[in-house]
Amino acid sequence: MKLIFEKSVPGRRGVHLGRSDVPTSINLDKKLLREKDVRLAELSELDVVRHFTELSRRNYGVDTNFYPLGSCTMKYNPKVTELIGSYPGFANLHPLLPQLRMGGILTQGALQVLYETDLLLREITGMASFTMQPLAGAHGELTGIMIISAYHRDRGNRKTTLLIPDSAHGTNPASGTIAGYEVLSVPSSKNGVMDVDALKAMLSDEVAGLMLTCPNTLGLFNPHIKEICDLIHSVDGLVYYDGANLNAITGKVRPGDIGFDIVHLNLHKTFATPHGGGGPGAGPVGVVKKLADFLPVSIVVKRDDGTYALEYDRPKSIGFVAPFYGNFAIILRAYVYILMLGKEGLIRMAENAVLNANYIKEKLKDYYDLPFPQVCKHECVFSAGRQTAFGVHAIDIAKGLIDAGFHPPTIYFPTIVREAMMIEPTETEGKETLDTFIAAMIEIAQTAQTDPDKLKSAPQTTHVGRLDETAAARNINVACVE
Amino acid sequence: MPFITNTDQQRKEMLDELGLTMDGLFADVPAELRCQSFDLPEGISEQKVRRRLEDLSRKNSTDLIGFLGGGFYDHFIPAAVDALVSRSEFYTAYTPYQPEISQGTLQAIYEYQSMICRLTEMEAANASLYDGGTALYEAMTMSLRVTGRNKIIIDDSVNPIYRVMIHSYTRNLKIELHETLNTGGLANRQEIFDLIDDQTAAVILQNPNFFGCIEDYSDVAEAAHKKGALLICSCYPISLGILKTPGAMDADIVTGEGQSLGLPLSFGGPYLGFMATRRKYIRKMPGRIVGQTTDTMGRCGYVLTLQAREQHIRRDKATSNICTNESLCALRALIYLSLLGSEGLRDLAHRCADKASYAYRRLTALPAVHPRFHAKWFFNEFVLDLPCPAVDVIGRLIEKGFAAGFPLSRYYKGMENSMLIAVTEKRTKQEIGMLAEALEGVL
Repeated sequence: MKLIFEKSVPGRRGVHLGRSDVPTSINLDKKLLREKDVRLAELSELDVVRHFTELSRRNYGVDTNFYPLGSCTMKYNPKVTELIGSYPGFANLHPLLPQLRMGGILTQGALQVLYETDLLLREITGMASFTMQPLAGAHGELTGIMIISAYHRDRGNRKTTLLIPDSAHGTNPASGTIAGYEVLSVPSSKNGVMDVDALKAMLSDEVAGLMLTCPNTLGLFNPHIKEICDLIHSVDGLVYYDGANLNAITGKVRPGDIGFDIVHLNLHKTFATPHGGGGPGAGPVGVVKKLADFLPVSIVVKRDDGTYALEYDRPKSIGFVAPFYGNFAIILRAYVYILMLGKEGLIRMAENAVLNANYIKEKLKDYYDLPFPQVCKHECVFSAGRQTAFGVHAIDIAKGLIDAGFHPPTIYFPTIVREAMMIEPTETEGKETLDTFIAAMIEIAQTAQTDPDKLKSAPQTTHVGRLDETAAARNINVACVE
Repeated sequence: MPFITNTDQQRKEMLDELGLTMDGLFADVPAELRCQSFDLPEGISEQKVRRRLEDLSRKNSTDLIGFLGGGFYDHFIPAAVDALVSRSEFYTAYTPYQPEISQGTLQAIYEYQSMICRLTEMEAANASLYDGGTALYEAMTMSLRVTGRNKIIIDDSVNPIYRVMIHSYTRNLKIELHETLNTGGLANRQEIFDLIDDQTAAVILQNPNFFGCIEDYSDVAEAAHKKGALLICSCYPISLGILKTPGAMDADIVTGEGQSLGLPLSFGGPYLGFMATRRKYIRKMPGRIVGQTTDTMGRCGYVLTLQAREQHIRRDKATSNICTNESLCALRALIYLSLLGSEGLRDLAHRCADKASYAYRRLTALPAVHPRFHAKWFFNEFVLDLPCPAVDVIGRLIEKGFAAGFPLSRYYKGMENSMLIAVTEKRTKQEIGMLAEALEGVL
């Protein structure tokens, strides 16, 4: 398909500004001006609409079909939350307005949304207070680690190390390093969860904290989680809950009750805000009471007269991590979602997510290797190890699924499982969809034996086939500027 | 239950097939770890939730006549932008890990990267970052990786909202951060030149700067390069419709806030951080990058590339911890700029500058109002000095229906009476006239 620039017809315009009502007066020094106009595509509105409609047809979203991408919680994104996100009273609100005298009065609705979302998230996680500022999950991690660091600085602790399990998302070690810590990896036991003895051996006064996803990326709940939290606390370390997998346990377990000190939530996962083709997300961070003073500024507070205000005067705060109050329009969507589901809906959400994952696990375990056969939570991890005997790898199975009309699971992650295929169906999918997917996976397992080349040459049904990633990294072409 | 497809009957069937109960599915969670409380309200219907949120949205006043800027602008957004980003094939997709079924997102990002390069006259752009502030912080850490040095110089004419963010992020890092004080609304050349040495990783500047003044940083780039340091320039993309580009100034890393490119203000987010650099630094750049390649049949296609820089491969050795980008916001910017086209962007930039220039003349004609700086050129924003604290004046103007500007005392010492005013193409001559009258009335 042609690039938008290749469709350009000089002189065409999609937007007309209309006649100006002020005189043309600007007469800047030539030295300050660009030499030539920006070379943008020149198109009519219809040209632009056709181009992007055609592009959208080369995409696959949750609305297209089943999207069991493990660890990403690709649940259905309700249409009503999109509608509310576009209400002019929210969409047209300037973020500097509440920073003006009298301005707070004019943003009470938005401040109330932030305040109430904070309260709801506290109750869902068992934390004492939240910041809405972090703009994504990984940004929440960085914020959380900055809080760990501020806590230890305040206590006069000299700590240099963060512990992270070997099954962790890559963002965990990256966030730890960027915040200035040395990151050590804690091995998993043969049951697929953090090895408590290994953790004990790594404990020292240097340990600032531990980052943990629970259930972990294998979809397993660690029964020793309380003991792990206690161990970290015994060296005055803090335990960080990576909320990527909260969908599995909402309404069943709260990180705060177990002993976690800091939590980040991915609103685009558990609370159904759209993934947007890779962002925008939102990653609010909650903390226990002893850490509340370290949260970023500003914080929304409710005054005695019932009005809402922004509080900036927080001397121990780590400061600003985002320009304003977080990705407000995303937080708004999550707020609406929580209001609609309510207590029962959130419990049902976790139950159905876990039921759907276990259903797939049981139905496919005779066809694919299942390294950890116990009851799983929101996702299950298979291995294509058995299929490699026929020369078929996880990637071939993934591409075969594309031809069958499905988005593939996450593959080759977690890295501790060879040829991993990580399937997360989410609660919003119905049994018929799961059954069709299961049938496709079974057929692919059979094809792997009878006609492996068919899978190795998949996908055949898409606009492009397998793409040469090595060539892309070698002959770098990341922009069309000619 | 809302958004759950399975019926109770189906749940039962599935559990029966598994030979389990719902409790059995959670048997691995020890009883003593179960929720101590889960006291949430009962769920409500779509009809009710819409009513409640309509009420809440009306508690926000968006009918003030707005002259607030500070890096975040009220530009007009064509309906086609919203219509196209609302296609669910775009917004319900995730990071394009499976390129064969993600060519829509991937080609759009490639086109976006190309557009950012064309706008800034740089060689390579990434797929976007969270916002202009985090993009500037990422550019700073990138300069440390490129140069292997740890000294950063930043002028206080750079957006103070971004400077406070950089202060938070650098607290735990071994970075020597020098902040120079602007002279007459322009970057403090003398102090910057004195500070640049062979330990300097980068000089960070902004154009137009926070006060709206237009600069040419070619001289700073030259001085920095002489000592092996980089120039990082944050810029306002609409202004690049007419202004000299950071590329032409020989900047090394360019960032900015893309909100003005078709994104609603939305009370602070989601926004769009863009970043571009020289080709030779591309492997040091953070964030997703899309590259062009071919498939097994030789057909052109797009993939995420240079992933060896990223956290999911490199873990603790990654260039950044960033996982995704702001894809949907980048798509908005791409569609917006495609609708404008070359002439449209130039005309829009002129229109903003013309309106600001008109407002400047009208407001400085008031006897008690004076321009703060004698800098010759500004784009669509300028600073006025009032005879009394700006905070009070702005408060009084709110009562009259204007968000008249931003008081600089919030971030700058000695500027109690100064107010920053932004004008976009949306403000009419009549509204500007009304502001002038209202301002005169409250002084």
